[in-house]
Amino acid sequence: MNRTSIYAGIFVAIAAVLGAVLSPYDTGLLTQMLIYGIFAMSLDLLLGYTGMPSLGHAAYFGLSGYAAAILTLKLGWGFALAAPAGLLVAVVAAALFHLLALRTAHSYYLMITLAFSQVLWSVAVSWTELTGGDNGLPGVKRPDLGAWLPWSFATTRGFFYFVLIIFVVAAFALYIFVKSPFGYALRGIRDNEMRMRALGYNVWAYKFTVAMVSAFFAGLAGELYMYLNSFISPSSLSVTVSAQVLMMILVGSVGTLFGPVLGAGIFVLLQYVLSTYTDRWLFVIGLIYVGVALYAPEGAFGLIRDRMRTKRSARP
Amino acid sequence: MTFWIINTLNGLSLAMILFLLAAGLTLIFGLMHIINMAHGSFYLLGGYIAITAIRLTGGFIFGAIVAVIAIAVIGAIIQRLFLARLYKQEMRQALLTLGLLFIVADIAFFTWGGDPLLVPQPPLLQGAVHFWGIVYPLYRVFLIGCGLVIAFCLWAFLERTTLGAIVRAGMDDEEMVRGLGINVPLVFTGIFALGAALAALGGVLGGPLLGMFPGADFEVVLLAFVVVTVGGLGSIRGAFLGSLLVGLVDNFGNAWFPQLSLFTIFVPMVIVLALKPTGLMGRV
Repeated sequence: MNRTSIYAGIFVAIAAVLGAVLSPYDTGLLTQMLIYGIFAMSLDLLLGYTGMPSLGHAAYFGLSGYAAAILTLKLGWGFALAAPAGLLVAVVAAALFHLLALRTAHSYYLMITLAFSQVLWSVAVSWTELTGGDNGLPGVKRPDLGAWLPWSFATTRGFFYFVLIIFVVAAFALYIFVKSPFGYALRGIRDNEMRMRALGYNVWAYKFTVAMVSAFFAGLAGELYMYLNSFISPSSLSVTVSAQVLMMILVGSVGTLFGPVLGAGIFVLLQYVLSTYTDRWLFVIGLIYVGVALYAPEGAFGLIRDRMRTKRSARP
Repeated sequence: MTFWIINTLNGLSLAMILFLLAAGLTLIFGLMHIINMAHGSFYLLGGYIAITAIRLTGGFIFGAIVAVIAIAVIGAIIQRLFLARLYKQEMRQALLTLGLLFIVADIAFFTWGGDPLLVPQPPLLQGAVHFWGIVYPLYRVFLIGCGLVIAFCLWAFLERTTLGAIVRAGMDDEEMVRGLGINVPLVFTGIFALGAALAALGGVLGGPLLGMFPGADFEVVLLAFVVVTVGGLGSIRGAFLGSLLVGLVDNFGNAWFPQLSLFTIFVPMVIVLALKPTGLMGRV
């Protein structure tokens, strides 16, 4: 047992206990935290590990949610078909988009990802017959996996444990991914792309692959979010969502897998606390963005980690 | 034929508004490597301030001057107080300016409300021009003329003045410019203020056509992003070409495929980036 798996075990145990004792509303918040946690980890794969600054990550989040909802509502597909199909749509979209987007880097990549997500947003708003326009698509029932999981997802608590299982599996998979030689190659590309190229790495293929992996997990989070609310609307594709997830990473600390999860938790909590006290949510969130940009150089996870390191090294 | 002429002129007038935004964006990016998400806020605030100033005094020109100066000052303050501290950290700058975008949007909503407001047209420019049997609003003709004049002035400033030479040199090799004893931080602030002022002017001049409403800031800055991506970051000529392309495509796109609105903008962007990733006139 290494340190990481001990921490992970403690985290899961706490989450599981909280899910059992909290009120349904708070359990809903906890579910949101886990979903945003998956979403934030998926973006950190791009931004933190590979150095690709995406400002349109909501594209995959919303796209797979929409795809699953449309397939369920319009074509009557069951969960076992619609959910994987939704993920496939996100991955294929990422692949097609990156055939183009990978011709750019840095600031260009940031702008082209923003444009991509915004195009999808405008399609979701204006293609009313398919997407319901601004009203979105309500009424997608949560799945019933009676054959595999012996509890109902109809209650918030039941769905929470489903999300917790998915979260653990996703986090574990991502952990393996970033610790693999592939993951180290990504960090190499982030730090010195030219050098990786000179060493014979096919940088394009690495970036292309990581974009699809990232889209897969972002899509996973998007679908869970859609099932949590039984609803999806264009706002799930909006730049606000892309910026929120970026925020979570910066708060949590870039280039770590579990910092963004912490960031997601802080963010959901903050949103909840603030929205009960003020209706000028936009103003406050703007202030927070400014504050984080100016004053959080390492993010919360970074701060904690640094403090632990100093303590550890202070010991004789 | 009438369809073509009118839509071309409409596209050109939109292009001029976009150019005013894109020119500032591209200068700011070229010199300071900042992707200014709050650029649309300058546009929105410029329009709103002009509306209030015109309501109070009645003069369009007065309103325009007040708005442009106010936004230039706000821009300079933002650059000095915030952005100068995040030098060359693109994600943080994006986050900071996005935060500013939200703050300004909230302030604007609580000050000017949620209904669309038009900047009043100057009385002299109301009415229409007649040519070849076409009746076309005079104000749009004026707007196209204004855009061309400002584009020429910017070009002359950058290519024909010493200050312009400093800015161009700063884009290529900033450290060398510092080494020559030029106060680069001051140039940064000045260019940022100029960019903000141009965006505000875009809001004032575009206000009578497009109107000011919550969300206009982001809508317009997104188009401006497409413009600079197509034209090439850091190039005024690119911003001009990109504006023409995007303005025209958007107009004809809306005329032919109204459902696809933003989607049609994406097409020229895809084509340009596929052929030349740094944009038409990209520097790097």
